[in-house]
Amino acid sequence: MTILTTRGLRVTYRTSGGDVPAVRGVDLTIGKGEVLGLAGESGCGKSTIAGAILRLLPASTKIEGQILLDGEDVLAMRPSRLRAVRWTGASIIFQGALHGLNPVQRVGDQIAEAITVHRQASEREAAVRVGELLEQVGLPSRRIADYPHELSGGQRQRVMIAMALACNPSLVIADEPTTALDVMVQAQVLRLLKGLQRELGLAMLFITHDLSVLVEVSDRLAIMYAGRIVEEGPAEGVFHDPRHPYTRALAAAFPEIGDERFRRRPSGLGGDPPDPQALPAGCTFHPRCPDAFDECRRVDPTLYPAGEGRRAACLLVQPTPAGAERAGDGQP
Amino acid sequence: MSAEAVPARDATASGEARAIIEVRGLEVGFEGRVGVLAGLLGRRGARARAVDGVDLDLYEGEVLALAGESGCGKTTTARAIMGLLRPQAGEIRFEGRPLGRRLRAYRREVQMVFQDPTGSLNPRKTIYEIVAEGLRIHRISQGPNGETEEELVARALSRAGLRPPERFYLLYPHELSGGQRQRVVIAGALVLDPRVIVADEPVSNLDASVRGEILALLMKLREELRISILVVTHDLGLAWTVADRVAVMYLGRIVEIGPAEEVLQRPRHPYTRALLDVVPEAGGIDRPILSGEPPDPTRVPNGCRFHPRCPAVASGRAARLGIEERCRTVPLAPLPAAQDHLVACYLAELGERP
Repeated sequence: MTILTTRGLRVTYRTSGGDVPAVRGVDLTIGKGEVLGLAGESGCGKSTIAGAILRLLPASTKIEGQILLDGEDVLAMRPSRLRAVRWTGASIIFQGALHGLNPVQRVGDQIAEAITVHRQASEREAAVRVGELLEQVGLPSRRIADYPHELSGGQRQRVMIAMALACNPSLVIADEPTTALDVMVQAQVLRLLKGLQRELGLAMLFITHDLSVLVEVSDRLAIMYAGRIVEEGPAEGVFHDPRHPYTRALAAAFPEIGDERFRRRPSGLGGDPPDPQALPAGCTFHPRCPDAFDECRRVDPTLYPAGEGRRAACLLVQPTPAGAERAGDGQP
Repeated sequence: MSAEAVPARDATASGEARAIIEVRGLEVGFEGRVGVLAGLLGRRGARARAVDGVDLDLYEGEVLALAGESGCGKTTTARAIMGLLRPQAGEIRFEGRPLGRRLRAYRREVQMVFQDPTGSLNPRKTIYEIVAEGLRIHRISQGPNGETEEELVARALSRAGLRPPERFYLLYPHELSGGQRQRVVIAGALVLDPRVIVADEPVSNLDASVRGEILALLMKLREELRISILVVTHDLGLAWTVADRVAVMYLGRIVEIGPAEEVLQRPRHPYTRALLDVVPEAGGIDRPILSGEPPDPTRVPNGCRFHPRCPAVASGRAARLGIEERCRTVPLAPLPAAQDHLVACYLAELGERP
C-alpha cells in the first residue's frame, strides 16, 4: 500500500532576489512499513520536500505537481483538513530538538497538547496516552513534569519522537533527527526510531546528509543534487555500488572501517553545490564531476535505468550503445 | 574523483619514530557550574576532571587521531597541548624541552585548525589579511630566506591548494566555498611554517562531498612538509582514512592506543569495541549498544572508570573470569606513552577480547 507519492514536485521560493527553484521535478513513493532515505548536501532541496509534504513552507512559495498522502492530494487540502492531517496523517521530527520544543512548557503537557488538539480526546485519555508514549520512547515516566532544558539532547529527541507518534500518523518524516547528537546517543536514537518504525509498520522519510546513517535505517535511498533526484535504488546497492559519480563522492565521505580502498586515502570533490538561481547548463553536476565529458555540458540527463530497481541521472549509465562507448572514454 | 592517493607509510613502524610533542601526567580540571545564589554564597560546583592523567607522544610526521565521546577530554587535551589552557598538573615538552617560557615561539610551531571555518574567519577581512595575520601577531616581516610577507602569504595559500594565490588576495570569506574557507584556515596556520597542526574536528562542519579533499590536503602536508598532525575527532571512520595511530579517550584518560589498523580492526578495550559498534553501516542497526548518557567528568566512578557501562561487567563475564571485584574497585594506572598497542582493561590483561 502506498502511503506517500509525489509526482513532478516542483518548489520555488519567491524572494526579493527573484525566484529560487529549490525542488525541480521530484517523483517519490513510500509504501507502508517502508523507509526511504533521502540524502544530499545543504541546499539540495531535501528539507524543502519535507516542508512541502506538510505544507510548512512560507505562503508565497510556489508548489507544483502532486503530493498524495494516503491517496489524498495535500496541495488541494483546505486549511482545516490540512491541520487535521499534520500529526495524524504525517508528522515530522526535526534536528536539534531544543528548537522544536516549547522551553516554558513541561514536556508531558506538550505531548498531551499534540493529542488533544488533533483528536477529541479528554485530558484523562491524553494523560494515559502520554504515559504509553514515554514508555515507548524509553523515557522514565518521572520525566513527564520536566522542562526541555532539564533533559539531555538525547532525551529531548525522544520527546520529539513521542510527539511525532502521538496521533498515530501513517507517515513520519525525520529531518536530520540525530545530527546534533553525540555518537553513542545518535546510535541509541536511531535504534529507537528503527525499532518503532518496524513495530508500528510506519512509512518513513528519513532525511540526512549522512549516507552511512541512511544505509543503516533505509530500505531504499534517493540521492538529491541541485533540486533533483540523481540516483535511487535499494539502500545497500546504492551505497556500496553507486552508479552516479556524485553518490560515489558522498559514499566516500563515510567509509567503512576495514575497507582498504579508503585507508589513508581520503577523497572528495572540489567546489560547492550550484546556486539554484544560476544552474550550470547540461548536467548540473558536470562542473564538479571527475568523469564529465563534452556532452555533459549540453545534455541534462534524466533518470535512466541502472540495474535492478535502480535509476541514475548520468549520461554514463544511459542505456544506449553510444552511451556505452562514452562510458569508456569518460573514465579518468 | 580528486583522490590523491597518499602512499601508505607508517611513521610508527620504522622503530625510530621521534616524539616532537610529549605529554606527561596531564591533568586539567574545571570548576563545576553552580547557581547564581550559591555562587554568591561562595559555594563551588563539583570539580570536573576533564583530563585526568594523560601520557601521550606525537611523533614526527605522523597523523594521530584522538577519539571518544563528547566530554571524554579529547578537546581539552588538544587545547592544553596548544598552550591555551593551564594544566593543574603534568608537563608538555616540545622537542624534548618543557614549554615554560618558550610559549610564544611554541605557538608559532604548533598551529590549531578549528572545526568551523565560517566562525573562525573574520568576515570583514580579505583573505590576504586573514592569512597574513599570524605573521603580524608574531611580528614576522620576512621569512627565514628573506621572503617578503607577500611571498609567505602566497606560498601558504598555494600549499593549502588555493592557486593561483593572487586570485584570492582581495576576496572575502563569503565569496568562497565551504571547502575553500577551510583551506584559508589551513593557509593561516601554514604561513608560520609550523611543525605541528592540531585539527579539532576539521571537517565536521563541511558538506560531505567536500570533506575528503580537506583530509587529503592534511595528508599531503604531512607527506610533503613532514608536519605532524593531531586530529581530534568523534568519527572513527575519519580516523581510518587518515590516521597512523589512534588513541581512544574515556572520562579523561586514554583507554586504548596503538596503530590504527590494530585499534580499529582488533580493538582490545570494550569501550573501543562499543564505539566501533555504533559507527553506522549497513546492517549495523541490530548490533548491541551501550545504554546511558555520555559519562559525567564531575563523577568519576571507582575502579575502572568504564565499569558502570561495561558489557563484560553487566553480562557477568567479568565475574566468571574472577576480575569483577577489581573492575569495580581497583583503579587502573594511566597508560604510559609508547609506540605499542596498549589498553587499560583488566579483561585485556587476561588476554581476553572484548
